[in-house]
Amino acid sequence: MGRLDNKVAVITGAASGMGRATAIRFAGEGAAIVIADLNQEGGEAAVRECRENGGRAVFQKTDVADEAQVKAAIARAVSEFGRLDITYNNAGLGGALGPIENTTVENWDRTFAVLLRSVFLGIKHSVPEMRKVGGGSIISTASIAGILGAAGPLVYSVAKCGVIHLTRCAAVELGKDRIRVNCICPGGINTPLLHKHIPGGEEATRQLLQNIQPIPKVGDGDDIAGMALYLASDDSQWVTGTAMVVDGGFVARGSFLGGPSVFDVPTRWSGPSFEKD
Amino acid sequence: MGRLDNKVAVITGAASGMGRATAIRFAAEGAAIVVADLNQEGGESTVRQCRENGARAVFQKTDVASEADVKAMIARAVSEFGRLDITYNNAGLVGALGPLEEVTVEEWDRTQAVLLRGVFLGIKHSIAPMRQAGGGSIISTASIAGMRGGFGPHPYSAAKAGVINLTQCAAVEFAKDRIRVNCICPGGIDTPIMGRRASESSGAEAQAHAQPLQRIGQPEDIANMALFLASDESEWITGTSMLVDGGFMARAHSFGRMTTATWANFKGYVGPSFEIKS
Ligand SMILES: NC(=O)c1ccc[n+]([C@@H]2O[C@H](COP(=O)([O-])OP(=O)(O)OC[C@H]3O[C@@H](n4cnc5c(N)ncnc54)[C@H](O)[C@@H]3O)[C@@H](O)[C@H]2O)c1
Ligand SMILES: NC(=O)c1ccc[n+]([C@@H]2O[C@H](COP(=O)([O-])OP(=O)(O)OC[C@H]3O[C@@H](n4cnc5c(N)ncnc54)[C@H](O)[C@@H]3O)[C@@H](O)[C@H]2O)c1
Repeated sequence: MGRLDNKVAVITGAASGMGRATAIRFAGEGAAIVIADLNQEGGEAAVRECRENGGRAVFQKTDVADEAQVKAAIARAVSEFGRLDITYNNAGLGGALGPIENTTVENWDRTFAVLLRSVFLGIKHSVPEMRKVGGGSIISTASIAGILGAAGPLVYSVAKCGVIHLTRCAAVELGKDRIRVNCICPGGINTPLLHKHIPGGEEATRQLLQNIQPIPKVGDGDDIAGMALYLASDDSQWVTGTAMVVDGGFVARGSFLGGPSVFDVPTRWSGPSFEKD
Repeated sequence: MGRLDNKVAVITGAASGMGRATAIRFAAEGAAIVVADLNQEGGESTVRQCRENGARAVFQKTDVASEADVKAMIARAVSEFGRLDITYNNAGLVGALGPLEEVTVEEWDRTQAVLLRGVFLGIKHSIAPMRQAGGGSIISTASIAGMRGGFGPHPYSAAKAGVINLTQCAAVEFAKDRIRVNCICPGGIDTPIMGRRASESSGAEAQAHAQPLQRIGQPEDIANMALFLASDESEWITGTSMLVDGGFMARAHSFGRMTTATWANFKGYVGPSFEIKS
């Protein structure tokens, strides 16, 4: 008996990193999954892994910043699997990097479109379908960068803070429909998103992440998948409007007397992790 | 296969309410349990319910405010079941009520002793056996009352805020030992902590609407979160305070049904729930 038997989930950004780990975990617990991502190759690989784990899964090419495409991803869940119980708004990227005085309005807007408009759209289009089945669980990936100043790039951090507050406001609005809205605030997780930024790639990322938080273990996608599973399952049926911190203790420690910030980098745009900038 | 197979847990305040629900849930997931409480009758009943779920469980009479009692409680887990993996500091009471200007030092101290010293002692004495086991998970019940002013009696709320910060400090201190320390902040839960359960009192309807999800919380809602924090699924989670409140904290309350002034209108001191005469 799986913890998500008979449930249908849409997971964005599921071609890579924590979205992919979550898709595989959900599949193992009995859910049917729509893998929504810009990255077709990674998405199709995730579909295969879900199927190997015993779940039903399909890929839907989606740009989460685009309303028509988000609508289509939700519709795909219903046409393919008959209903929608869980939406996990997880797709993300680094976005605008560098000092604020050099940040262009265009890059500000693009960052917000992928990180915050996307969550608005994911919630908006999930509501009618979840109402039909008597409720649902909407999860989003925020970040500890949305809680603390300067734990991530500036524009990114402000957008993630927006995700946390959108979560609260939507939770209050949708409580009467038994639609729960929560977000997860990961600390530094060893995924391609960071590999892309940190000079030295995966190995350097692993070394950096070993000791930035009190728990001397590198966080990975499975750590987030466990929390997402709790929030998706009926175990959390009285939990809404929360921002669940999964960070190895990073936020609990008031100060990190470490080296220079990894986000102290030249001005540029950083796209999805599977693309070269 | 249970989510807590081969693990040993101590749960305080497990004779009633959320502690009992957690003991029963943990038992169903394969853990062996020390049920610790002041209340012997309720504690023994919890033990029976755990055994019906197929688990090993024993009762240990404990006042969490007493260091000797807490030490003996932890020792019981090791002597009875051979190790300690999980400590859930959950025992609690309402404590001192009324306007702060009228609260006596005795009532203040007793409230802090049960709610905050109790958690300190639970952490302190769990460390050695958990280190020996290669790590562990310590959980405490804080409260939404510890996050803002006026969501609970004021001495109670101050103690619960202390639990939240103690959780963060201990998490930082013991992370290197792979001992995780987290707390849960429940909203209003249908337990007899005030003498009788909310569902049995007249204001049940209004209480249900105090949270966006429009029902009062059940002890099982807390048990489910405790299970997540106790299991290896949360092995990278420490120092957190997990809200389980039906959305209560997400909403501004100044225009809502809850008024924050009401707590100061009650008087007296409320002891453990099993001693309250209704
Ligand atoms: N890695 C970390 O340390 C960390 C920490 C906190 C939060 N996060 C957040 O976690 C989430 C998942 O990131 P990850 O670390 O797994 O990185 P990742 O790069 O491995 O995965 C992100 C996925 O999102 C996809 N994506 C990007 N833009 C998209 C768009 N417009 N439409 C659809 N898909 C798009 C990417 O193709 C990729 O598959 C992101 O929201 C990220 O901001 C990451
Ligand atoms: N019920 C709520 O709405 C609510 C909300 C937030 C937090 N809490 C907290 O949850 C925890 C559990 O309370 P509950 O609501 O299940 O109430 P409860 O009264 O049903 O259970 C509390 C248990 O703690 C025991 N206890 C009290 N003092 C003790 C002591 N000194 N030593 C050992 N055991 C002692 C009681 O005998 C009782 O069995 C408490 O810490 C409480 O403060 C309750």
